[in-house]
Amino acid sequence: MSLTEFIFGRLTLEAIPYHEPILVATFAGVVVIGLALMAVMFRYRLWGPLWHNWIVSIDHKKIGIMYMILGLIMLMRGFADAIMMRIQQAIAFNGSEGYLNSHHYDQIFTAHGVIMIFFVAMPFVTGLMNFVMPLQIGARDVAFPFLNNFSFWMTVGGAVLTMLSLFIGEYAQTGWLAFPPLSGIGASPSTGVDYYIWGLQVAGVGTTLSGINLLVTIIKMRAPGMTMMKMPIFCWTALCTNILIIASFPVLTAVLVLLTLDRYIGTNFFTADLGGNPMMYVNLIWIWGHPEVYILILPLFGVFSEVTSTFSGKRLFGYTSMVYATIVITILSYLVWLHHFFTMGSGASVNSFFGITTMIISIPTGAKIFNWLFTMYKGRIRFEVPMYWVVAFMITFVIGGMTGVLLAVPPADFVLHNSLFLVAHFHNVIIGGVVFGVFAGINYWFPKAFGFRLNKFWGLVSFWGWVIGFWLAFTPVYVLGLMGVTRRLRVFDDPSLQIWFVIAGIGVATIAVGIFAFIIQIAVSIMQRDKLRDVTGDPWGGRTLEWATSSPPPSYNFAFTPVAYDVDAWHDMKQRNYQRPLNGYQPIHMPKSTEAGIILAALSTVCGFALVWYIWWLAALSFVAMAGYAIYHTFNRDRDYYITAEQVAETEAARTKLLATQV
Amino acid sequence: MAHHAHNDAHHGDDHSHGSFKSYMTGFILSVILTVIPFWLVMEEVLENPTATILIVTGFAVAQIIVHVIYFLHVTPSAEEGWTLTSTVFTLVVVFIMVAGSVWVMFNMNANMMPAHDMTVTGAEAPEGMGSGDPESPQ
Amino acid sequence: MSHVTLPKDGAFHLPEEPHHPEGASTMLGFYIYLMSDCLIFAVLFATYAVLGGSYAAGPGPKELFELDLIAVNTAMLLFSSITYGFAMLAMQRHNSKQVIGWLLVTAVFGAAFLCIELYEFHHLIHIGAGPQRSAFLSAFFLLVGTHGLHVTFGMIWLFTLVFQVRKFGLTSAMQRRLGCLSLFWHFLDVIWIGVFTFVYLVRMV
Repeated sequence: MSLTEFIFGRLTLEAIPYHEPILVATFAGVVVIGLALMAVMFRYRLWGPLWHNWIVSIDHKKIGIMYMILGLIMLMRGFADAIMMRIQQAIAFNGSEGYLNSHHYDQIFTAHGVIMIFFVAMPFVTGLMNFVMPLQIGARDVAFPFLNNFSFWMTVGGAVLTMLSLFIGEYAQTGWLAFPPLSGIGASPSTGVDYYIWGLQVAGVGTTLSGINLLVTIIKMRAPGMTMMKMPIFCWTALCTNILIIASFPVLTAVLVLLTLDRYIGTNFFTADLGGNPMMYVNLIWIWGHPEVYILILPLFGVFSEVTSTFSGKRLFGYTSMVYATIVITILSYLVWLHHFFTMGSGASVNSFFGITTMIISIPTGAKIFNWLFTMYKGRIRFEVPMYWVVAFMITFVIGGMTGVLLAVPPADFVLHNSLFLVAHFHNVIIGGVVFGVFAGINYWFPKAFGFRLNKFWGLVSFWGWVIGFWLAFTPVYVLGLMGVTRRLRVFDDPSLQIWFVIAGIGVATIAVGIFAFIIQIAVSIMQRDKLRDVTGDPWGGRTLEWATSSPPPSYNFAFTPVAYDVDAWHDMKQRNYQRPLNGYQPIHMPKSTEAGIILAALSTVCGFALVWYIWWLAALSFVAMAGYAIYHTFNRDRDYYITAEQVAETEAARTKLLATQV
Repeated sequence: MAHHAHNDAHHGDDHSHGSFKSYMTGFILSVILTVIPFWLVMEEVLENPTATILIVTGFAVAQIIVHVIYFLHVTPSAEEGWTLTSTVFTLVVVFIMVAGSVWVMFNMNANMMPAHDMTVTGAEAPEGMGSGDPESPQ
Repeated sequence: MSHVTLPKDGAFHLPEEPHHPEGASTMLGFYIYLMSDCLIFAVLFATYAVLGGSYAAGPGPKELFELDLIAVNTAMLLFSSITYGFAMLAMQRHNSKQVIGWLLVTAVFGAAFLCIELYEFHHLIHIGAGPQRSAFLSAFFLLVGTHGLHVTFGMIWLFTLVFQVRKFGLTSAMQRRLGCLSLFWHFLDVIWIGVFTFVYLVRMV
């Protein structure tokens, strides 16, 4: 081994893709935007505040907001991949090769899937839970605030590794679940799959720990009087989601370890020889994969419930049935994984079992839809932006659910497996459920987070762009799937298919309008923030505890620990003429910020990078540094402080003054 | 300081600690539950291997329960029952995962590799296969 | 916190900050972490169950495993379990010297366990039955090795705690940490019961 090989592993100048014009342009764009941002940061001396108030912050509200920002940034990347695929498929007809070679195209569809699930949907979901849930249960923070910060930065670390593959080396060309033997070392000798593995492992640690953290928070830190059955429904869905995270992400971790060992030290778990079985990988990864889709959708079911109830001015219909439906979905999600590989050949009895369990899931889900409809029934519905998203969700999601039940029938799945019909189905439920829900949630809780509402006009432009765009983009994909077109194709022979791909491309352009309008919505709202200001802390006539405090809430959330007597605790307080206490404040015990989270996460990211490139000394060094720093951190006993009663009094007096200007 | 620590430990966590008696009970039980299966296998006590496997498995389950109760102190009252709930939930998921994987993979091997030397006893005959599956042999 | 008594007058907030003991959630959080770890082992057990018969014309359990060694190893872990229990009992009596003593005894048993396991691995690799030989051996090495790695990690943690008990004494934070390691250590025992039963004993029948 030569010295350069020792120092750089297999990293050479060849790994920089300077011969790919698209990537060079992207890189130039990233550099320009990055430099501009840095310049602004230096000009206005923002580095200090950014570090002290955000990066090392262990305030669950700030971490929640940072998760949402991460999700938004990664949404741009994932959506850029989507546009590129749509253009390629729309033009690669009649002998044209399109503009993407297969090497690049295969990376794009893999990255699109991985990024959208792990670094868009997951941060959005985790971010919403982080911001809203502790407020809803009347807590001051989560159970393990430091761990929360660490989890966030691990998620970022995974995202950084994934993004790095754009400019150094390449990403996996295997599809988003990297099935062996294609992802084995024989078929994928380059760094792509390794970036995939280490990106997901680093982020996975964060996700698992954040799951434990939020679950313990819900169990241990609810306000006095808030029994389990008096918990807001969003907290219930967050509870079930975190249970699913804790009980499924370890499976992903373990499966990826097996794949790693196959690739790095030549074991034979999923190889095609020496007794290995690639199908075992498919089996195991879907044991994680199916719960994962419920991890994504369940919290949004909670969002839809809160929004529907608030904007219908009514208590949620069938709270108890909603809770039980959520629990049933949680448990059933572990009994359906084989429906992702009916065609693998486990035989009729196995397939029927999993087909039936899959169909059963539609029962609790259907019950939820009826609950939302009955909540709206005879309500005074106010059509604010979040409510628009709810209505669009109900229509879109029901159709996605029905195509799902269709796919749950094994004989039908033998026809539709791996076709564009499947692609249309899961986009239908993920966009129609998760994305619509996230936008409902952002529009709903934005005033709580920042103290002013979002502009309604641009919110509606964004809404219509997404909804019309979604249907324009994916109806043709359903049609193509029924005609037998398989997924992940780069060029087509049959010219009659082209028109459908062109329509789908127009649909994606319409979605782009929706995304762009969302960015304008935020910009316009910031400019009009004085007009959109919410000083009451309760702009929508909310029903749960997060609306009881100011917008944005103080770092300690509530001056006094609230007491809950009802599911809609804040609504109950308003009904009974609750008066905000104006004196008798007490010192509040709070956790201290720490830079340990970002340091540990940075070290693991470096370790991951070193492992991707076989730079063994760096991997060992960063790992030892990580372990050493973690132990060192356990010696740090200066972890908390008190907010004095005077400081609380000052903050609350400012709010009192502000409230007085309103009346 | 020590006094303060003492107070704290009894306020906060309502998990149960063990006593000397409970630790010793657990230890003696697990010694017994370990020695018997080793003896059964090493001395080939039973003629019937299936019976040996079932009995050894039974001892393992018993010993796991002993450990969970006497060493991990999981009881219905500890942590308001949350540790017990999470243990039961985990065991259910573990069972689904292990048994499900074995079931799925065994059936698949039986169906997809009939020429291979697989003992197909008990597996469903490959009646469900073949319906248009391109990979089904012959 | 839900067990705090509600104000009698139906007020909507507590007049006093509820006493919120430092780290009251730690033990539960750590227990739940162990449950997630348990699922990692579940995957490894499932892999062993599915691939455990794929010898690829290589050696099988009856040619490789020596139950005497496993019995000794099991004994080491069982002893380390009860000695950790004694450390916890000493902690309840606030005797930090005894705590450290029993922790070190535990570490000796743990080290013995690791040495025997390393010897076994070395022996297997030496006779050409390494993890690359067949899917069965891959699954075997990973499952047993992951357990061994956990024990190694537990040892590092144990020594850190010995050091910290000396430095800080048996503060409530230290008691919590000892409690967490206790859960971890006994959890590894539970996993080992699965290992010696399903990896070794059942396959030797």
